Amino acid sequence: MLSRVASSIFWLNRYIERAENYARFIEVNLNLSLDLPRGTAEQWEPLVATTGDHEAFIARYGKATKETVIQFLATDAANPNSILSCLASARENARSVREIISTDTWEQVNRFHLQVRDSVARGLSTQNLHTFLTDVKANSHLFLGITDATMSHGEGWHFARLGRLLERADKTSRILDVKYFMLLPTVAEVGTPFDIIQWSALLKSASALEMYCKQHGRIAPNPVAEFLILNPNFPRAIRYCLIKAEDSLHAIAGSESDRHNNLAGKRLGRLRSDMDYIDMAEILSGGLHEFFDSFQFKLNRTDDAIYETFFALRPVDRVMTKEKIQ
Amino acid sequence: MKFSQYDPGQFYDELYEGTGQPRPGSRLLLRKFASLPEGELRKRQQAAERVILNMGMTFGVYGSDDGHEQIFPFDIVPRIVEPSDWAHIESGLRQRLRALNLFIDDVYHEQKILKDGVIPGELVYSSKGFLKACCGLKPPRGIWCHIAGIDLVRIGDGRYYVLEDNMRCPSGVAYVLEARQVMKRTFPELFGAYRVRPVDDYPSHLLDTLRYLSDLPDPTVVILTPGMFNSAYYEHSLLAQKMGVELVEANDLAVIDGYVHMRTTKGSQRVDVIYRRINDDYLDPLAFRPDSMLGVPGLMEAYQKGHVALANAPGTGVSDDKAIYAYVPKIINYYLAEEPILPNVPTYLCSERQDRAYVLEHLDQLVVKATNEAGGYGMLIGPHASKQERDEYAKRIEADPRNYIAQPTLALSRVPTLVDDHLEGRHVDLRPYVLYGREIFVLPGGMTRVALRKGSLVVNSSQGGGNKDTWVLS
Repeated sequence: MLSRVASSIFWLNRYIERAENYARFIEVNLNLSLDLPRGTAEQWEPLVATTGDHEAFIARYGKATKETVIQFLATDAANPNSILSCLASARENARSVREIISTDTWEQVNRFHLQVRDSVARGLSTQNLHTFLTDVKANSHLFLGITDATMSHGEGWHFARLGRLLERADKTSRILDVKYFMLLPTVAEVGTPFDIIQWSALLKSASALEMYCKQHGRIAPNPVAEFLILNPNFPRAIRYCLIKAEDSLHAIAGSESDRHNNLAGKRLGRLRSDMDYIDMAEILSGGLHEFFDSFQFKLNRTDDAIYETFFALRPVDRVMTKEKIQ
Repeated sequence: MKFSQYDPGQFYDELYEGTGQPRPGSRLLLRKFASLPEGELRKRQQAAERVILNMGMTFGVYGSDDGHEQIFPFDIVPRIVEPSDWAHIESGLRQRLRALNLFIDDVYHEQKILKDGVIPGELVYSSKGFLKACCGLKPPRGIWCHIAGIDLVRIGDGRYYVLEDNMRCPSGVAYVLEARQVMKRTFPELFGAYRVRPVDDYPSHLLDTLRYLSDLPDPTVVILTPGMFNSAYYEHSLLAQKMGVELVEANDLAVIDGYVHMRTTKGSQRVDVIYRRINDDYLDPLAFRPDSMLGVPGLMEAYQKGHVALANAPGTGVSDDKAIYAYVPKIINYYLAEEPILPNVPTYLCSERQDRAYVLEHLDQLVVKATNEAGGYGMLIGPHASKQERDEYAKRIEADPRNYIAQPTLALSRVPTLVDDHLEGRHVDLRPYVLYGREIFVLPGGMTRVALRKGSLVVNSSQGGGNKDTWVLS
């Protein structure tokens, strides 16, 4: 597969996943703000912090209000990570690899992009915002389903899954980082209905509420964090994402399941095994925020290695070439 | 809506032979239209437009904002071609492509046609499409132009004429394939009743044509595109997808030890045949444009050594120069000793003193074209231009007469086209596609371009033109 093509498939899937996560972030905060006790200020700034674009936001908007934050995250064409921009970028990437992805996949990206663009052009209001966010999630799921069902599960598909799951691991860690800090209850609030509502909201943002309840029943801060970080079976948990991303890297590189033959695999394998052997007590003793900081640093280094290993357009390696000539 | 009142006017109409009187091949179609409830045609047109939008069927317009891309305008009333007309067209196209290939080969080797005084040598040497670097070149299988699109028009006398040859990188075939898909969704019932010759196998014929250029049993074929900002990118990706070959950009390719390779996630892989959709100028900076960053350095050398095949070969542009066009009937006669089956449109060469004087005096009646432009750019339609536009154009002709030719303004045939909720005649042309591989294949159909603006004669998509499906009946 052409390096340029692999890169486009990878980014196509990252952008769609990012758009879906932003929709989740906004939706949960909206729901949460409806349940707030009277007199409590709505919390919109942490949402911007979650995305890592805090500085750009402050420079352009100044104060974080519901309106400005939603505009920034959903409809702002000048924010390269807004839902609108993500879809535009996803479509451009898809357009550059139309011949590789299936026609059905292309048409879904194209339709998705047109719907978001039209909704933004018509304007988002309190009445239609919820529908908009639900549609973004549903369209992303449809994209994923069509990709799975119509594209051969070969190299291209593995690059798609790699992009999607690394993006998802990143976003799950970010929202946990911010929310955990923000939601840590004062002694007086522990176990109050409001406390439970907030933790439920966090789970909902990852569509994890029902799955969590089946496993743990009671909602409490540490089991929630554990579920979203270390669960090996829940598809939005960080550990799950890393396991499957590593599987895809093995498939791409053709390496044995217990060793890696390239830098990207080595870094990702190490990150995944960290998650295999660490437990909640150890995470908490070092500080949850520090844990996420270090996780994101390592994840970025893995991204860099993927770029270097597979996507960078280097002068062609002569030795390698000769071997390939038949 | 009253189909019985449709008036073809003073033009040749492809579907009607008189007011309210359909031609034999169109009767079924128009009876079907008449049987539809009020407003239904409009609804189907809108449904077709939605399909096109969701398919992302677009073309790019240079110099426009909004990311270059526009949805292709499409009209759901098809053009219908009778079997006998098509047989005539097909034999004419075969003849033309054979003769033009012999001409190109001669021009880059012995130049017999110049020595015999059939074409002035000066005209050939001054053509921008004539590449010195191609002299003595022996393209694989001796074929230079493998993929051609030849523009035809039909005028008042009902005859088809060749308007233009496109021998470099003719585009538009993707719209032929997609238009058919849209029409099958729009009028499934008509495809059951009519026997429309299929066009869907074009990509497989194209792949055969390309594979034929290599001696290897299983050559690696790629399409080389300038990238997604090219106006025909949609077509490049569609053809790559339908043929199952890689779509590469120049950056994806490199010449190593005399062979062309593409850069993949698993190292580099050899490429044997390139269907290139970039201009000669940008193929190889070492051979053509040292100032250019574009292209694949060393590609021409690999080609000359026979290490890679290119379709079309570089240098074919000499044969679709609009001044050379005027000589094509003589070219056919010279190489094949046959009379042209499809005649040319009368053409005035501004490089000839008498012709130029006539052109300058009759600018208000003529269509003037730059000899090396395509896509309707650099064209003057005399009767529709203002005095000032004509005066300015006259200066350009006098400054560089070799670069201009003129033709009478043709009364292009019309096809009924949906306007709001009724049919009106709109002018059309036709671009069939011809492949030259082991044998010559003519795709039964082609791109019918329609000037959607009332009275307009300009069918180019970059200038307000649209598209219709072309139904060749069997």
